[in-house]
Amino acid sequence: MQNLDLGYLDGKNNNLLFENLNLDLLAGELVCFMGPNGIGKSTLLRTLAGLQKPLSGTVVRKKKISVVLTDRVHAYNMTVQDLVTFGRYPYLNWDITLQEEDHSIIDRSIAQVHLENLADKNIEELSDGQLQMTMIARALAQETEILLLDEPTAHLDLNNRVEIMNLLRHLARTANKAILVATHELDLALQTADKIWLATANKKILTGLPEDLVLDGSFDDVFQLKGFDLKTGKISHEAHRKISVQLIGEGHEYLWTKNALERSGYKIRSDSDIVVTVNKEGEKTIWKLSFFELKKTCDTLIQLLSVLENQIKQQ
Amino acid sequence: MQTLFRNALAGPDVLGLSAGASLLVSLTILSGNAIVLSNGPWAISIAASIGSGAVFLLIISIANRLRDNMSLLIIGLMIAAVTQSFVSVLQFVSKAEDLQAFMIWTLGSVGGTNGQEIEVMMVIFCIGGLISYSSIKSLNALLLGNNYAQSVGINLKRSRFLIVLATSLMTGVVTAFCGPIAFVGLAVPHMVRLMIRTSNHKILIPAVMIGGAILLLGCDILAQLPGSTQILPLNAVTSIIGAPVVIWMILKNKKTSV
Repeated sequence: MQNLDLGYLDGKNNNLLFENLNLDLLAGELVCFMGPNGIGKSTLLRTLAGLQKPLSGTVVRKKKISVVLTDRVHAYNMTVQDLVTFGRYPYLNWDITLQEEDHSIIDRSIAQVHLENLADKNIEELSDGQLQMTMIARALAQETEILLLDEPTAHLDLNNRVEIMNLLRHLARTANKAILVATHELDLALQTADKIWLATANKKILTGLPEDLVLDGSFDDVFQLKGFDLKTGKISHEAHRKISVQLIGEGHEYLWTKNALERSGYKIRSDSDIVVTVNKEGEKTIWKLSFFELKKTCDTLIQLLSVLENQIKQQ
Repeated sequence: MQTLFRNALAGPDVLGLSAGASLLVSLTILSGNAIVLSNGPWAISIAASIGSGAVFLLIISIANRLRDNMSLLIIGLMIAAVTQSFVSVLQFVSKAEDLQAFMIWTLGSVGGTNGQEIEVMMVIFCIGGLISYSSIKSLNALLLGNNYAQSVGINLKRSRFLIVLATSLMTGVVTAFCGPIAFVGLAVPHMVRLMIRTSNHKILIPAVMIGGAILLLGCDILAQLPGSTQILPLNAVTSIIGAPVVIWMILKNKKTSV
C-alpha cells in the first residue's frame, strides 16, 4: 500500500480520513488495527479489500484477500457448510459445481474453526460466536494469503472474544497468513497482536509492537483513557478512603484480594497497622485480619470487607 | 427479487413493477390505434417490460438509501398509487370500448391469450429464464449482502443489471397478456422454500418456476368455478391465497430474511 489518501464522499464534501499511508502486512503476523470509533477503520479495511475506491493513490494487491465484515448475514435454510461454500465462489464457474478439492477445502476450513459438529446446522440457530466462527471459516475457504476482519469480536462475550483472537493468532502462525483485525478492544489487542496499527487524530497510522506503543504513550494520546491504566493493564481506582492496608500473601489469591481492596477504596502499603494475610488451607482460602488489637479470620472477601468497614466506623 | 433486495416481502406486484407495466400497457391499449405499433403483441410486451424495468430501477435506487424492509414496501405501494392515478386519468379520457377491454385486462386472465401471444411469451420466457439461471452464482452470493458478494468476485453492476433485465422482461410480458396478477410472485418463493429446505438458487429458480406455474394454474382452475358456468377474476383468487401469505410472513418473522 503506497501513498494512500482515504476517505469517502459525503455529498460534495470530501471526507478525508487518512492521508499518505504507507503500510505493510507481513505473512505470519496478526496485526490489530486500532483507533477510536468513527476514525475510519472500516473504511480503510473496505478500501484495502477493494470494496471501496481510495480517494487517490493505489492499493497494491499482489496477494488475494478475503474479508470478514460487520454486515450481518441472514438467510433461511442455509447451513454452516453452505455459508462456508461461498468462500469457494471465486474459483467456481457460473454453475457453481464443486469439485472434490473444493469439498476437502470446505471441510478443512470448518475443522480449523472447530465447527465440525455444527456443519449441517442452520445458521439462524447459531450463537453469535458460532456465526462469527463460520464467517471466519468462509474466509479461510477462500484460501487467500491475506485475511481482513472488521470488528470480529463485537457483540461477543469475553470467552468467545478470546477464542476468536487466539484462533486468529494460531492461523497466522500455522497457515502463514497475514491477518489484519480492526478492533477497538484494547485489552484483547494488546495481548494477542504481533503488531498494532494505531489510527491517530491527525490522519496518520502509527505502527509498532503493542508494548512499544503502550510505553511511549501513543495509546494514551489516541484513546484519551479515562480510568484505565494501560501500563498496569488495570482499571485505576481512587483510594477514596485514605486508609491503607498491608497485604501479605502470594499468587492469584493475593492479586484478587488486592483488587477487591483497591476497588473498595483502600490503598495497599507495606507500613500500615491494618494487616491482611492471605492463607491457603488445603483447597480453601482464608483471610486473617489484624486491626490493632482485633484479630479475625474470614472465609470470604465480602466478609473481610464488611469487618474492615465496621471496625473503621468504630474507630 | 427477494434475494436482490434481501427482503422477504419483495415481489413484482408489491414493489410496483406490475403497476409500471400496467401503466405502459394501458397507454398502449387506451390510446387505441393512435400509436401505430400499439396492437402487436411484441409492442405491448416490450412496452410493459420497459414500464416494469423503469420502476425496478427507481426502486433499486431508493432501496440503496433504505435500511428497513417495511419502508421499501411502502415505497412500492406509493409507486403503485402514482401509476394507478395516471391510469385513472387515462381511463377518464378514453373511449368506452377501450375502457372495457382495459377493465377486463386488469382483472387478470390466462384464458384470453392467443397463439401469437403465447409465442411471444415463450420466446421472452426462454430469454428471461436463461438469464436468471445464468445468474445463480451472483444470486447466491447476494444472499450474504453486497459487500460479501463483491469480495467473492461478483460484479455487482453486471449481475444487478441482468437480474433487473430478466425480471422486467418476464413481469412485463406476463402483465401484458394476462393482466397484473397479484401475489404469485411474492408467495411462490416462500412456499417453495418451505418445501425445499435450501437457499441455493440453482435449485430454487427451477423450483420456483414450476411452483409458480402450478399455483397459477391451480388458481385458474378455482377461478373457473368447477361445476358452474361462472368465471371469477383470476386476480381475486390469487389475492385470497397470496395476501394471507404476506401477513403470515410478517407475523412469523420480524427479521424477514430471505
